[in-house]
Amino acid sequence: MEGPILTDENLTLLLDELYQSYGYDFTSYARASLKRRVSRLMMLEKLNGFSELFYRLRHEDDYLKKVVGELTVNVTEMFRDPTFFRALRESVLPILATHPFVRIWHAGCASGEEVYSMAILLEEAGILEKSLLYATDLNPAVIENIQKGIFPLSQMRQYSENYIASGGKKDFSSYYTAKYEYAKFDGRFKKKMIAATHNLVSDRSFNEFQLILCRNVLIYFDKDLQDRVLTLFNDSLEKLGFLALGSKENLRYSSVAKSFSQFSIKEKIWRKGI
Amino acid sequence: MAQRHLRKFKAIVVGGSAGSLEIVLKIAEALPLAGIVCILVVHRRNDPDSALAHLIAAKSKLKVREVEDKETIAGDVIYLAPPDYHLLVETDVNFALDASEKVHFSRPSIDVCFESAAAIYGDALIGVLLSGANADGAAGLKMIRDAGGFCIVQNPATAEVPYMPQQAINQDAADEVVDGGEIHKFIVEMLQRNTPIRKQN
Repeated sequence: MEGPILTDENLTLLLDELYQSYGYDFTSYARASLKRRVSRLMMLEKLNGFSELFYRLRHEDDYLKKVVGELTVNVTEMFRDPTFFRALRESVLPILATHPFVRIWHAGCASGEEVYSMAILLEEAGILEKSLLYATDLNPAVIENIQKGIFPLSQMRQYSENYIASGGKKDFSSYYTAKYEYAKFDGRFKKKMIAATHNLVSDRSFNEFQLILCRNVLIYFDKDLQDRVLTLFNDSLEKLGFLALGSKENLRYSSVAKSFSQFSIKEKIWRKGI
Repeated sequence: MAQRHLRKFKAIVVGGSAGSLEIVLKIAEALPLAGIVCILVVHRRNDPDSALAHLIAAKSKLKVREVEDKETIAGDVIYLAPPDYHLLVETDVNFALDASEKVHFSRPSIDVCFESAAAIYGDALIGVLLSGANADGAAGLKMIRDAGGFCIVQNPATAEVPYMPQQAINQDAADEVVDGGEIHKFIVEMLQRNTPIRKQN
Protein backbone atom coordinates (compact mmCIF):
# COMPACT_ATOMS: atom_id res chain seq x y z
CA MET A 1 0.00 0.00 0.00
CA GLU A 2 1.30 3.44 -0.90
CA GLY A 3 1.03 6.31 1.52
CA PRO A 4 2.64 7.68 4.66
CA ILE A 5 5.09 5.45 6.47
CA LEU A 6 4.02 3.58 9.59
CA THR A 7 6.70 1.96 11.72
CA ASP A 8 6.21 -0.85 14.22
CA GLU A 9 6.97 1.66 16.98
CA ASN A 10 4.18 3.94 15.68
CA LEU A 11 1.75 1.06 15.75
CA THR A 12 2.68 0.11 19.30
CA LEU A 13 2.26 3.73 20.40
CA LEU A 14 -1.20 3.90 18.82
CA LEU A 15 -2.31 0.63 20.40
CA ASP A 16 -1.10 1.78 23.84
CA GLU A 17 -3.01 5.03 23.47
CA LEU A 18 -6.21 3.30 22.35
CA TYR A 19 -6.02 0.94 25.28
CA GLN A 20 -4.91 3.25 28.07
CA SER A 21 -6.99 6.29 27.17
CA TYR A 22 -10.07 4.71 25.64
CA GLY A 23 -10.19 1.08 26.76
CA TYR A 24 -10.02 -0.41 23.24
CA ASP A 25 -7.57 -3.30 23.39
CA PHE A 26 -6.14 -4.16 19.98
CA THR A 27 -2.83 -5.40 21.38
CA SER A 28 -3.73 -9.04 20.72
CA TYR A 29 -4.72 -8.48 17.12
CA ALA A 30 -2.60 -9.99 14.37
CA ARG A 31 0.01 -7.35 13.54
CA ALA A 32 0.34 -7.56 9.75
CA SER A 33 -3.36 -6.93 9.16
CA LEU A 34 -3.54 -4.22 11.78
CA LYS A 35 -0.65 -2.37 10.20
CA ARG A 36 -2.45 -2.42 6.88
CA ARG A 37 -5.59 -1.04 8.53
CA VAL A 38 -3.73 1.89 10.06
CA SER A 39 -1.89 2.62 6.80
CA ARG A 40 -5.20 2.50 4.99
CA LEU A 41 -6.78 4.91 7.45
CA MET A 42 -3.88 7.34 7.04
CA MET A 43 -4.24 7.16 3.28
CA LEU A 44 -8.04 7.57 3.25
CA GLU A 45 -7.78 10.53 5.62
CA LYS A 46 -4.94 11.99 3.55
CA LEU A 47 -2.78 12.35 6.65
CA ASN A 48 0.79 13.54 6.29
CA GLY A 49 2.14 11.09 8.78
CA PHE A 50 1.63 9.17 11.95
CA SER A 51 2.00 12.23 14.19
CA GLU A 52 -1.03 13.83 12.55
CA LEU A 53 -3.09 10.71 13.23
CA PHE A 54 -1.98 10.70 16.82
CA TYR A 55 -2.69 14.41 17.24
CA ARG A 56 -6.18 14.19 15.79
CA LEU A 57 -7.01 11.17 17.92
CA ARG A 58 -6.12 13.14 21.03
CA HIS A 59 -7.67 16.46 20.11
CA GLU A 60 -10.65 15.88 17.85
CA ASP A 61 -13.99 14.73 19.12
CA ASP A 62 -15.29 11.70 17.25
CA TYR A 63 -11.91 10.86 15.76
CA LEU A 64 -11.72 7.81 18.01
CA LYS A 65 -14.88 6.48 16.40
CA LYS A 66 -13.27 6.84 12.99
CA VAL A 67 -10.07 5.09 14.07
CA VAL A 68 -11.90 2.20 15.72
CA GLY A 69 -14.20 1.94 12.69
CA GLU A 70 -11.26 1.67 10.31
CA LEU A 71 -9.13 -0.66 12.42
CA THR A 72 -11.80 -3.32 12.34
CA VAL A 73 -12.66 -4.98 9.04
CA ASN A 74 -16.31 -4.47 8.17
CA VAL A 75 -16.32 -6.15 4.80
CA THR A 76 -18.95 -8.85 4.52
CA GLU A 77 -21.70 -10.00 2.19
CA MET A 78 -25.05 -11.74 2.33
CA PHE A 79 -24.90 -15.53 2.06
CA ARG A 80 -21.09 -15.39 1.88
CA ASP A 81 -19.95 -18.97 1.17
CA PRO A 82 -23.32 -20.24 -0.07
CA THR A 83 -22.43 -23.86 0.71
CA PHE A 84 -22.14 -22.88 4.37
CA PHE A 85 -25.66 -21.46 4.35
CA ARG A 86 -26.89 -24.54 2.57
CA ALA A 87 -25.50 -26.67 5.39
CA LEU A 88 -27.25 -24.45 7.95
CA ARG A 89 -30.48 -24.71 6.01
CA GLU A 90 -30.36 -28.46 5.54
CA SER A 91 -28.67 -29.75 8.67
CA VAL A 92 -28.68 -27.21 11.51
CA LEU A 93 -32.03 -25.42 11.29
CA PRO A 94 -34.10 -28.62 11.42
CA ILE A 95 -32.45 -29.34 14.79
CA LEU A 96 -32.96 -25.79 16.06
CA ALA A 97 -36.60 -26.03 14.99
CA THR A 98 -37.22 -28.61 17.72
CA HIS A 99 -36.52 -26.00 20.45
CA PRO A 100 -39.33 -23.84 21.87
CA PHE A 101 -37.14 -20.75 21.48
CA VAL A 102 -34.11 -20.20 19.29
CA ARG A 103 -31.34 -17.83 20.34
CA ILE A 104 -28.55 -17.11 17.87
CA TRP A 105 -25.50 -14.90 18.41
CA HIS A 106 -23.68 -13.24 15.52
CA ALA A 107 -20.42 -12.22 17.18
CA GLY A 108 -18.50 -9.53 15.30
CA CYS A 109 -21.39 -9.08 12.89
CA ALA A 110 -20.06 -5.93 11.14
CA SER A 111 -22.78 -4.24 9.09
CA GLY A 112 -25.18 -7.14 9.51
CA GLU A 113 -25.35 -8.86 6.13
CA GLU A 114 -24.99 -12.26 7.78
CA VAL A 115 -27.69 -11.48 10.36
CA TYR A 116 -30.19 -10.62 7.64
CA SER A 117 -29.20 -13.74 5.68
CA MET A 118 -29.90 -15.80 8.78
CA ALA A 119 -33.26 -14.12 9.36
CA ILE A 120 -34.26 -15.03 5.82
CA LEU A 121 -33.19 -18.65 6.38
CA LEU A 122 -35.16 -18.80 9.63
CA GLU A 123 -38.26 -17.44 7.98
CA GLU A 124 -38.00 -19.95 5.15
CA ALA A 125 -37.64 -22.70 7.77
CA GLY A 126 -40.77 -21.39 9.48
CA ILE A 127 -39.03 -20.58 12.79
CA LEU A 128 -38.32 -16.85 12.60
CA GLU A 129 -41.21 -16.07 14.93
CA LYS A 130 -39.72 -18.03 17.83
CA SER A 131 -36.15 -16.89 17.15
CA LEU A 132 -34.06 -14.01 18.43
CA LEU A 133 -30.88 -12.94 16.68
CA TYR A 134 -28.30 -11.17 18.81
CA ALA A 135 -25.96 -9.12 16.64
CA THR A 136 -22.88 -7.65 18.29
CA ASP A 137 -19.84 -5.76 17.16
CA LEU A 138 -17.34 -3.51 18.89
CA ASN A 139 -17.92 -0.80 16.31
CA PRO A 140 -21.01 1.30 17.22
CA ALA A 141 -21.42 2.65 13.67
CA VAL A 142 -22.12 -0.72 12.12
CA ILE A 143 -24.72 -1.56 14.77
CA GLU A 144 -26.77 1.40 13.55
CA ASN A 145 -26.84 -0.14 10.11
CA ILE A 146 -28.45 -3.32 11.38
CA GLN A 147 -31.24 -1.32 12.93
CA LYS A 148 -31.84 0.46 9.62
CA GLY A 149 -31.74 -2.71 7.53
CA ILE A 150 -30.34 -0.80 4.57
CA PHE A 151 -27.71 -2.19 2.20
CA PRO A 152 -26.28 -0.98 -1.13
CA LEU A 153 -28.53 -1.89 -4.04
CA SER A 154 -25.48 -2.48 -6.22
CA GLN A 155 -24.66 -5.62 -4.18
CA MET A 156 -28.06 -7.25 -4.58
CA ARG A 157 -27.29 -9.10 -7.77
CA GLN A 158 -24.35 -10.86 -6.13
CA TYR A 159 -26.39 -11.55 -2.98
CA SER A 160 -29.24 -12.95 -5.03
CA GLU A 161 -26.81 -15.35 -6.75
CA ASN A 162 -25.41 -16.37 -3.36
CA TYR A 163 -28.94 -16.86 -2.03
CA ILE A 164 -29.89 -19.17 -4.88
CA ALA A 165 -26.61 -21.10 -4.51
CA SER A 166 -27.45 -21.58 -0.82
CA GLY A 167 -30.67 -23.37 -1.79
CA GLY A 168 -32.99 -20.34 -1.75
CA LYS A 169 -36.13 -20.89 -3.81
CA LYS A 170 -37.78 -17.50 -3.71
CA ASP A 171 -37.27 -14.31 -5.61
CA PHE A 172 -34.60 -12.62 -3.47
CA SER A 173 -35.90 -9.16 -4.36
CA SER A 174 -39.15 -9.97 -2.58
CA TYR A 175 -37.29 -9.45 0.71
CA TYR A 176 -36.42 -5.80 0.16
CA THR A 177 -37.68 -2.57 -1.34
CA ALA A 178 -35.35 -0.70 -3.65
CA LYS A 179 -35.08 2.98 -2.92
CA TYR A 180 -32.55 5.16 -4.75
CA GLU A 181 -29.27 3.30 -4.44
CA TYR A 182 -30.36 1.31 -1.40
CA ALA A 183 -32.21 -1.89 -0.64
CA LYS A 184 -34.28 -1.70 2.52
CA PHE A 185 -35.06 -5.06 4.07
CA ASP A 186 -38.51 -5.70 5.45
CA GLY A 187 -39.09 -4.58 9.05
CA ARG A 188 -40.26 -8.03 10.14
CA PHE A 189 -36.61 -9.17 10.16
CA LYS A 190 -35.39 -6.28 12.26
CA LYS A 191 -38.06 -7.02 14.87
CA LYS A 192 -36.30 -10.29 15.66
CA MET A 193 -32.83 -8.74 16.02
CA ILE A 194 -31.12 -7.28 19.04
CA ALA A 195 -28.07 -5.24 18.05
CA ALA A 196 -25.56 -4.06 20.64
CA THR A 197 -21.90 -3.23 21.04
CA HIS A 198 -19.84 -6.02 22.51
CA ASN A 199 -16.07 -6.32 22.49
CA LEU A 200 -14.89 -9.91 22.24
CA VAL A 201 -11.56 -8.89 23.75
CA SER A 202 -12.90 -7.48 26.99
CA ASP A 203 -16.62 -8.23 27.40
CA ARG A 204 -18.13 -11.35 28.84
CA SER A 205 -20.84 -13.84 28.08
CA PHE A 206 -24.35 -12.35 28.24
CA ASN A 207 -26.69 -15.22 27.40
CA GLU A 208 -26.88 -18.86 26.36
CA PHE A 209 -27.34 -19.69 22.71
CA GLN A 210 -28.09 -22.65 20.50
CA LEU A 211 -25.99 -21.29 17.67
CA ILE A 212 -23.07 -18.86 17.61
CA LEU A 213 -21.65 -17.57 14.35
CA CYS A 214 -18.28 -15.86 14.33
CA ARG A 215 -16.96 -16.05 10.80
CA ASN A 216 -13.81 -14.27 9.67
CA VAL A 217 -13.35 -12.43 12.94
CA LEU A 218 -10.84 -14.72 14.69
CA ILE A 219 -8.44 -14.38 11.75
CA TYR A 220 -7.63 -10.89 13.02
CA PHE A 221 -6.68 -12.14 16.50
CA ASP A 222 -3.48 -13.75 17.70
CA LYS A 223 -3.64 -17.33 18.98
CA ASP A 224 -3.97 -16.45 22.68
CA LEU A 225 -6.88 -14.13 22.05
CA GLN A 226 -8.48 -16.69 19.75
CA ASP A 227 -8.33 -19.17 22.58
CA ARG A 228 -9.92 -16.75 25.03
CA VAL A 229 -12.74 -15.93 22.62
CA LEU A 230 -13.40 -19.59 21.85
CA THR A 231 -13.63 -20.20 25.60
CA LEU A 232 -16.18 -17.37 25.79
CA PHE A 233 -18.19 -19.06 23.03
CA ASN A 234 -18.00 -22.39 24.80
CA ASP A 235 -19.34 -20.75 27.95
CA SER A 236 -22.12 -19.09 25.96
CA LEU A 237 -23.38 -22.20 24.19
CA GLU A 238 -26.01 -24.61 25.43
CA LYS A 239 -25.15 -28.28 25.46
CA LEU A 240 -25.45 -29.60 21.90
CA GLY A 241 -25.28 -26.04 20.61
CA PHE A 242 -23.56 -25.15 17.35
CA LEU A 243 -20.52 -23.00 16.64
CA ALA A 244 -19.80 -21.74 13.11
CA LEU A 245 -16.44 -20.25 12.08
CA GLY A 246 -15.08 -18.89 8.79
CA SER A 247 -14.05 -21.26 6.03
CA LYS A 248 -10.33 -21.01 6.88
CA GLU A 249 -10.68 -20.86 10.65
CA ASN A 250 -10.36 -23.82 12.97
CA LEU A 251 -10.80 -24.63 16.64
CA ARG A 252 -8.71 -27.77 16.30
CA TYR A 253 -5.73 -26.27 18.17
CA SER A 254 -7.64 -24.44 20.88
CA SER A 255 -8.10 -25.56 24.46
CA VAL A 256 -11.87 -25.95 23.95
CA ALA A 257 -11.46 -28.36 21.03
CA LYS A 258 -12.20 -31.37 23.24
CA SER A 259 -15.65 -29.97 24.12
CA PHE A 260 -16.70 -29.98 20.46
CA SER A 261 -17.04 -32.37 17.57
CA GLN A 262 -17.06 -31.35 13.95
CA PHE A 263 -20.67 -31.40 12.77
CA SER A 264 -20.15 -30.85 9.07
CA ILE A 265 -17.21 -32.34 7.20
CA LYS A 266 -16.99 -29.66 4.56
CA GLU A 267 -18.20 -26.60 6.45
CA LYS A 268 -16.70 -25.14 9.60
CA ILE A 269 -19.57 -26.07 11.92
CA TRP A 270 -18.92 -27.71 15.28
CA ARG A 271 -21.35 -29.07 17.86
CA LYS A 272 -20.82 -28.87 21.58
CA GLY A 273 -20.93 -32.15 23.51
CA ILE A 274 -23.16 -33.04 26.43
CA MET B 1 29.55 -7.36 -3.01
CA ALA B 2 31.01 -10.20 -1.00
CA GLN B 3 28.09 -10.19 1.35
CA ARG B 4 25.65 -10.38 -1.50
CA HIS B 5 27.08 -13.71 -2.54
CA LEU B 6 26.60 -15.14 0.92
CA ARG B 7 22.91 -14.45 0.90
CA LYS B 8 20.69 -17.44 1.44
CA PHE B 9 17.19 -17.36 0.03
CA LYS B 10 14.55 -18.53 2.46
CA ALA B 11 11.38 -17.93 0.53
CA ILE B 12 9.92 -17.37 -2.90
CA VAL B 13 6.60 -15.64 -3.60
CA VAL B 14 4.93 -16.03 -6.97
CA GLY B 15 2.04 -13.90 -8.17
CA GLY B 16 0.01 -14.60 -11.28
CA SER B 17 -3.30 -13.85 -12.87
CA ALA B 18 -4.85 -14.54 -16.27
CA GLY B 19 -2.57 -16.77 -18.34
CA SER B 20 -0.16 -17.68 -15.52
CA LEU B 21 -1.28 -21.18 -14.61
CA GLU B 22 1.01 -23.07 -16.95
CA ILE B 23 4.11 -21.30 -15.63
CA VAL B 24 2.97 -21.65 -12.01
CA LEU B 25 2.74 -25.40 -12.58
CA LYS B 26 6.19 -25.50 -14.19
CA ILE B 27 7.69 -23.67 -11.21
CA ALA B 28 5.93 -26.01 -8.78
CA GLU B 29 7.27 -29.00 -10.69
CA ALA B 30 10.84 -27.68 -10.85
CA LEU B 31 11.27 -26.53 -7.24
CA PRO B 32 13.82 -28.73 -5.45
CA LEU B 33 13.56 -29.95 -1.86
CA ALA B 34 15.92 -27.34 -0.47
CA GLY B 35 14.07 -26.06 2.57
CA ILE B 36 12.57 -23.13 0.71
CA VAL B 37 9.16 -21.67 1.59
CA CYS B 38 7.09 -21.13 -1.55
CA ILE B 39 4.03 -18.89 -1.50
CA LEU B 40 1.65 -18.73 -4.46
CA VAL B 41 -0.92 -16.00 -4.99
CA VAL B 42 -3.03 -16.69 -8.04
CA HIS B 43 -6.18 -14.80 -8.96
CA ARG B 44 -8.96 -17.31 -9.48
CA ARG B 45 -12.60 -17.94 -8.93
CA ASN B 46 -13.80 -19.03 -5.52
CA ASP B 47 -13.74 -22.79 -5.78
CA PRO B 48 -14.36 -24.54 -2.49
CA ASP B 49 -12.92 -27.83 -3.68
CA SER B 50 -9.35 -26.56 -4.02
CA ALA B 51 -8.89 -27.94 -7.51
CA LEU B 52 -5.79 -25.79 -7.98
CA ALA B 53 -4.10 -27.21 -4.85
CA HIS B 54 -4.66 -30.75 -6.14
CA LEU B 55 -3.34 -29.81 -9.56
CA ILE B 56 -0.15 -28.37 -8.08
CA ALA B 57 0.29 -31.24 -5.63
CA ALA B 58 0.18 -33.70 -8.51
CA LYS B 59 3.19 -31.98 -10.09
CA SER B 60 5.42 -31.01 -7.21
CA LYS B 61 7.93 -32.72 -4.94
CA LEU B 62 6.98 -30.25 -2.22
CA LYS B 63 3.91 -30.52 -0.02
CA VAL B 64 1.05 -28.25 -1.01
CA ARG B 65 -1.19 -26.48 1.48
CA GLU B 66 -4.06 -24.09 0.94
CA VAL B 67 -3.37 -21.79 3.87
CA GLU B 68 -5.63 -21.83 6.93
CA ASP B 69 -5.69 -19.14 9.58
CA LYS B 70 -2.39 -18.79 11.54
CA GLU B 71 -0.87 -21.69 9.67
CA THR B 72 2.73 -22.41 10.64
CA ILE B 73 5.31 -21.70 7.95
CA ALA B 74 7.72 -24.50 7.10
CA GLY B 75 10.28 -25.13 4.38
CA ASP B 76 9.66 -27.50 1.47
CA VAL B 77 6.00 -26.54 1.37
CA ILE B 78 4.07 -24.66 -1.31
CA TYR B 79 1.48 -22.44 0.33
CA LEU B 80 -1.45 -21.39 -1.78
CA ALA B 81 -3.43 -18.25 -0.93
CA PRO B 82 -7.04 -19.37 -0.38
CA PRO B 83 -9.74 -17.82 -2.56
CA ASP B 84 -11.48 -14.75 -1.15
CA TYR B 85 -8.84 -13.99 1.50
CA HIS B 86 -5.74 -11.85 1.50
CA LEU B 87 -2.71 -13.86 2.59
CA LEU B 88 -0.18 -12.11 4.82
CA VAL B 89 3.11 -13.31 6.20
CA GLU B 90 2.59 -12.39 9.85
CA THR B 91 5.97 -13.47 11.23
CA ASP B 92 8.66 -15.80 9.92
CA VAL B 93 6.77 -18.66 11.57
CA ASN B 94 3.16 -18.05 10.70
CA PHE B 95 0.70 -16.66 8.18
CA ALA B 96 -2.41 -14.57 8.79
CA LEU B 97 -5.50 -14.28 6.63
CA ASP B 98 -7.50 -11.13 6.07
CA ALA B 99 -10.96 -10.75 4.51
CA SER B 100 -10.79 -6.97 4.10
CA GLU B 101 -11.49 -4.87 1.01
CA LYS B 102 -10.33 -6.12 -2.37
CA VAL B 103 -7.15 -4.50 -3.72
CA HIS B 104 -7.08 -3.94 -7.49
CA PHE B 105 -10.40 -5.80 -7.59
CA SER B 106 -8.59 -8.82 -6.21
CA ARG B 107 -8.77 -10.93 -3.06
CA PRO B 108 -6.28 -12.48 -2.63
CA SER B 109 -4.24 -9.49 -3.73
CA ILE B 110 -0.68 -10.09 -4.86
CA ASP B 111 0.35 -6.64 -3.59
CA VAL B 112 -0.87 -7.40 -0.07
CA CYS B 113 0.97 -10.70 0.14
CA PHE B 114 4.19 -9.39 -1.45
CA GLU B 115 4.29 -6.37 0.86
CA SER B 116 3.97 -8.49 4.00
CA ALA B 117 6.54 -11.01 2.71
CA ALA B 118 9.01 -8.21 1.93
CA ALA B 119 8.72 -6.93 5.50
CA ILE B 120 9.49 -10.35 6.99
CA TYR B 121 12.03 -11.84 4.57
CA GLY B 122 13.92 -8.76 3.32
CA ASP B 123 16.80 -9.81 1.06
CA ALA B 124 16.18 -13.53 1.61
CA LEU B 125 13.17 -13.37 -0.69
CA ILE B 126 12.66 -14.02 -4.39
CA GLY B 127 9.60 -12.34 -5.91
CA VAL B 128 8.13 -13.54 -9.20
CA LEU B 129 5.39 -11.82 -11.17
CA LEU B 130 3.72 -13.52 -14.12
CA SER B 131 1.11 -12.94 -16.80
CA GLY B 132 -2.07 -11.04 -15.93
CA ALA B 133 -4.60 -8.42 -16.96
CA ASN B 134 -4.44 -6.43 -13.75
CA ALA B 135 -2.18 -3.85 -12.08
CA ASP B 136 -2.02 -5.97 -8.92
CA GLY B 137 1.46 -7.17 -7.99
CA ALA B 138 3.63 -4.39 -9.44
CA ALA B 139 3.68 -2.21 -6.30
CA GLY B 140 4.21 -5.27 -4.08
CA LEU B 141 7.09 -6.49 -6.22
CA LYS B 142 8.69 -3.06 -5.98
CA MET B 143 8.50 -3.32 -2.20
CA ILE B 144 10.26 -6.68 -2.32
CA ARG B 145 12.96 -5.12 -4.45
CA ASP B 146 13.28 -2.08 -2.17
CA ALA B 147 13.62 -4.40 0.81
CA GLY B 148 16.57 -6.11 -0.89
CA GLY B 149 14.77 -9.11 -2.36
CA PHE B 150 15.42 -10.34 -5.89
CA CYS B 151 12.62 -9.77 -8.41
CA ILE B 152 11.88 -11.75 -11.53
CA VAL B 153 9.27 -10.56 -14.02
CA GLN B 154 7.94 -12.59 -16.90
CA ASN B 155 8.93 -11.10 -20.25
CA PRO B 156 5.64 -9.46 -21.33
CA ALA B 157 6.31 -10.53 -24.93
CA THR B 158 6.02 -14.15 -23.76
CA ALA B 159 2.98 -13.57 -21.53
CA GLU B 160 -0.53 -14.56 -22.54
CA VAL B 161 -1.65 -11.25 -21.02
CA PRO B 162 1.30 -8.80 -20.87
CA TYR B 163 -0.33 -6.05 -18.78
CA MET B 164 0.69 -7.18 -15.30
CA PRO B 165 4.37 -7.89 -15.94
CA GLN B 166 4.62 -4.71 -18.01
CA GLN B 167 3.32 -2.68 -15.05
CA ALA B 168 6.05 -4.15 -12.88
CA ILE B 169 8.73 -3.29 -15.40
CA ASN B 170 7.36 0.25 -15.74
CA GLN B 171 7.55 0.65 -11.97
CA ASP B 172 11.18 -0.46 -11.93
CA ALA B 173 10.33 -3.54 -9.93
CA ALA B 174 12.33 -6.06 -12.00
CA ASP B 175 15.87 -7.23 -11.36
CA GLU B 176 15.53 -9.64 -14.24
CA VAL B 177 13.03 -10.06 -17.06
CA VAL B 178 12.82 -13.71 -18.07
CA ASP B 179 10.88 -15.53 -20.80
CA GLY B 180 7.88 -17.44 -19.45
CA GLY B 181 9.24 -20.83 -20.49
CA GLU B 182 12.59 -20.21 -18.75
CA ILE B 183 11.48 -18.86 -15.37
CA HIS B 184 11.41 -22.21 -13.59
CA LYS B 185 14.98 -23.03 -14.69
CA PHE B 186 16.14 -19.56 -13.73
CA ILE B 187 14.72 -19.96 -10.22
CA VAL B 188 16.22 -23.39 -9.69
CA GLU B 189 19.63 -22.20 -10.77
CA MET B 190 19.41 -19.24 -8.45
CA LEU B 191 18.44 -21.43 -5.52
CA GLN B 192 21.33 -23.78 -6.24
CA ARG B 193 23.80 -20.93 -6.33
CA ASN B 194 22.11 -19.18 -3.42
CA THR B 195 22.82 -15.89 -5.09
CA PRO B 196 21.15 -13.73 -7.71
CA ILE B 197 22.17 -14.36 -11.27
CA ARG B 198 23.37 -11.12 -12.74
CA LYS B 199 23.81 -10.71 -16.44
CA GLN B 200 27.38 -9.88 -17.47
CA ASN B 201 27.60 -6.44 -18.97
